[in-house]
Amino acid sequence: MGASQTHSEYQYLADKTGFSLEQIKNLHKRFQQLSGNEDTISKENLDSIPALANNPIRKQIIDAFFDKRNQHQEEVGSFEEIGFEQFLMVMSHFRPPTLKTTEEEKEALRKEKLRFLFNMHDTDNDGVITLEEYRKVVEELLSKSGAIGQEAAKAIADAAMLEVASTNVPHMAPDDFYEGITFEHFEQILKGLEMESRMHIRFLDVDTTTMRCGKSTS
Amino acid sequence: MLLLLYLCCSGGKCELQESQPAQLSNRPTVKPSNNEPQAFPEEERASLPVFTMDYPRIQVPFEFTLWILLASFAKIGFHIYHKITIWIPESCLLIVIGLIVGGIMHAVKEEPPTALSSNAFFLYMLPPIVLDSGYFMPTRPFFENCGTVLWYAVVGTLWNSVGIGISLFAICQFEVFGLQDINLQENLLFAAIISAVDPVAALNVFEDMGVNEQIYIVIFGEGLFNDAVTVALYSMFSFLADMPVVESADVFLGVARFFVVAFGGVLFGLLFGFAAAFTTRFTHNVRQIEPLFIFMYSYLAYLVAECFAISSILAIITCAITMKYYVEENVSQRSCTTIRHVVKMLATISETLIFFFLGVITVTVEHEWNWAYIVFTLVFAFFWRIIGILVLTQIINPFRTIQFKYKDQFGLAYGGLRGAICFALAFTLPDSINRKDLFVTGSIAIIICTVFIQGISIRPIVEYMNIRKTNKDMHTINVEVMEHIVCGVEDLCGQWSHYYWKDKFKKFNDRVLRRILVRDHRAESSIVSLYKKLELQNAIDLLDTPIGDLSAAPSIISLQDEKKEASRPKKKFMAADVRNMHDILSKNMYKIRQKTMAYTNKYNLPDESRTREILIRRHASIRRTIRAGSFRDPPERNIPRSQKYYSLQPGGDLEAAFALRRRSHGSGSGDVDHLSAHVQFAGASARSSSRSSVPMRRLNTIEEMKNPAEQPAVSVHPPPRSNGEDALNKTGPGSLGGSSLRGRRGPVPAPRRSSSDWVEEDANDSEDTGERVDPPQLPPPRGWVPENQDPGENGAGNALIRQSPHRSMRF
Repeated sequence: MGASQTHSEYQYLADKTGFSLEQIKNLHKRFQQLSGNEDTISKENLDSIPALANNPIRKQIIDAFFDKRNQHQEEVGSFEEIGFEQFLMVMSHFRPPTLKTTEEEKEALRKEKLRFLFNMHDTDNDGVITLEEYRKVVEELLSKSGAIGQEAAKAIADAAMLEVASTNVPHMAPDDFYEGITFEHFEQILKGLEMESRMHIRFLDVDTTTMRCGKSTS
Repeated sequence: MLLLLYLCCSGGKCELQESQPAQLSNRPTVKPSNNEPQAFPEEERASLPVFTMDYPRIQVPFEFTLWILLASFAKIGFHIYHKITIWIPESCLLIVIGLIVGGIMHAVKEEPPTALSSNAFFLYMLPPIVLDSGYFMPTRPFFENCGTVLWYAVVGTLWNSVGIGISLFAICQFEVFGLQDINLQENLLFAAIISAVDPVAALNVFEDMGVNEQIYIVIFGEGLFNDAVTVALYSMFSFLADMPVVESADVFLGVARFFVVAFGGVLFGLLFGFAAAFTTRFTHNVRQIEPLFIFMYSYLAYLVAECFAISSILAIITCAITMKYYVEENVSQRSCTTIRHVVKMLATISETLIFFFLGVITVTVEHEWNWAYIVFTLVFAFFWRIIGILVLTQIINPFRTIQFKYKDQFGLAYGGLRGAICFALAFTLPDSINRKDLFVTGSIAIIICTVFIQGISIRPIVEYMNIRKTNKDMHTINVEVMEHIVCGVEDLCGQWSHYYWKDKFKKFNDRVLRRILVRDHRAESSIVSLYKKLELQNAIDLLDTPIGDLSAAPSIISLQDEKKEASRPKKKFMAADVRNMHDILSKNMYKIRQKTMAYTNKYNLPDESRTREILIRRHASIRRTIRAGSFRDPPERNIPRSQKYYSLQPGGDLEAAFALRRRSHGSGSGDVDHLSAHVQFAGASARSSSRSSVPMRRLNTIEEMKNPAEQPAVSVHPPPRSNGEDALNKTGPGSLGGSSLRGRRGPVPAPRRSSSDWVEEDANDSEDTGERVDPPQLPPPRGWVPENQDPGENGAGNALIRQSPHRSMRF
């Protein structure tokens, strides 16, 4: 890879990830910028992005990029470093749907996005988001605000968990233990949500970070 | 008191203003018999009259007041049985009443009020309506969609007027219709008039049904800006219509003028908006007249723009949008409320009157009915609207992140009712137009057709089509997580699309604009400003005098609640707890994408329920803390002790519960009670609630709760409740969370409440209920509905079972 990326390689990536050539070119530029013109990118590279510094779940996001589960393959575990292809594969989870995508494709896309989200929660990859894992995410989310402490985060996570439990296992016997959120349950709780229109990024065809806000008239 | 005074003053001012045009009228009368005794004093001898009557002197304002009253009574009437307004838009009803009144006046051969002259309309009736739209415009979604909105408003309106105008001109060429004398300019003028979309009815429906914010804001913005475009076009075409020959140079000049008009309007708006913001920086010593500045400046912007014949509508909208943000930070809470109420009131009056007059005038005015012209107008208006939306959407869709589907496009097209502006423009056509009567008739026909047919059918159709709903009520942790991920990845790939500009502007705003325009100009994080609001609210409520009752927040609240009860039965299910929880999250998390929406419609103040919710809870709790004496008699004794976590029942229960909570705030209920319960709980055996009688006591309580001594007592936890399995027991010590959270942050209702429930249940479970016999019963807070649960089978598992049917709506 690297600067000598040929057209055919781009084409291959475009077929694989669904991005347009322009988008791939832009993302590649960004990739090189992030990696310092290396072929691979490491966690430290991503960690040093200033814009990301404020994101409370930075760690999770970065981890997701190095998670083999998000590469559309059956592997598990995590990479030490990722190449541009892996980078693109993760990014491809955030492609917005176009008008052309069919219903089935949309469904698949949705599932993919959900899976990504699920994997982010499910750090130990046992197919279940346990309360521990869930709490951790919520805590991270709230960690940037001094006003709310860990206990609050815990309480919120508990409440959310309970919410999930009651949605999915309505007829739980008093002694039952809700082990954690499985992927099916996860799907269930986010059923009403339009993943396509929310969990996406508009990858720009134009190479600029200063895109105009689309004022097309007047 | 002060507030009332303001309202009266402003109301009076408005009437005075609006009554001036009526002086132009040639003695319009509502009650003809009143005219008789007018000449009394002069005919008598010079002796001092004991009783005189000088009706002509007061006639104009008097009658105008009567008109307004009549229209307002009609409005009250509709809302007595509120289901009417759900199915039939208010404008329809107003027109019907107007028709009836007009019929009566026609029968007694009475002239209609000619108050609706061109000047009166543009100088007095229109500004309040537009100011209202501008002031309550949901800014964030608007700017996120500004491209699309402007695209539809400007290009769409041009498209409509040109399309309709040319097609009608083509129709006029057929001799059979007898319309040859209408030339192209007049057709275009007429087409411009009927291109003005008035989306109030559609917006009401969309808001009720929770149609997604994209469509909502597009329709809202379109309605707003296409007024401006229409008026500009109208003035241009009416100028052209006067000219005998139109040369091509004139067309270019017309186009140039169009841009001058538009940008001039924006410029003046900005100017006056900043001036208003700057002025309010210094008004903190004269709070009485604070609200006045807002109205005067925006009106001034309007008048000056009108004076230079640039778009006054754009000027006032821009002015309102610009100053709103700064003004609301500068003025006091009450002035802010006053401003909002008065803006709403003026707009509602204006609009009510316009629709009412429309009904009256439909009956009383001379009509020229030409089947062909009017039928074709209707057909073309509908046709061009649909085609226009379809075509324009195809063009704009590639630029949009969330694209409009065909359903959405239909919603957009079908939401295009015609309304007040259209009527007023038609009615104010210059007399030089030779088929003016036909145009007036045509406009009235199209308004009535769209308002009645589309307005009534839009709700069932939108419901049937199931247009994409918003996810407004579905905020959960997972959604938040998702949004943060998206933000993060966006950062990661270094592409921000238009958030970039937003950030730039925010920086500029914080560094420069706020410094100049806002008195207390530290850039605040939202949590700080929320805290400030809370404190302010506390201060107001602690007074708790009659003035306090009239104070800002309650009046907004009651307005909101009434509205909610009245016309939005579906919104009753709003899970207050989920919302609160989401509120905590959104207030405290990474702040790129706070999605606080403030939807608004013509007749309502925007929804501030989130902040408000917190406010209520917090100040209610503090108030209770102060009035400790009333703790002793908990009237809610019979409320079952276990309350469902998140349980929420549809229908009246919730309203009732909320009402109970709100009105009985004096009696010991809610937070403090169960705080004191916790004091007892923590082993502090003194259970006299008088300990909480000092405000600060509450804080002490909190301290205690963090006491490690309490830990064993509160080591109950929701998951253990649902199983008690060992897997979670290791988290036991940490599970203090719920309770100390409760202490630390007043406005964290959901977790707090729930933890106390667990604790209470625990109290039941663990046999030593002896000494803390009765943990005071919790009244149902908003969103919490007690369920009569058998104490014998209390267990969170059951709770979960119970609530499950109601939960589907949140997901």
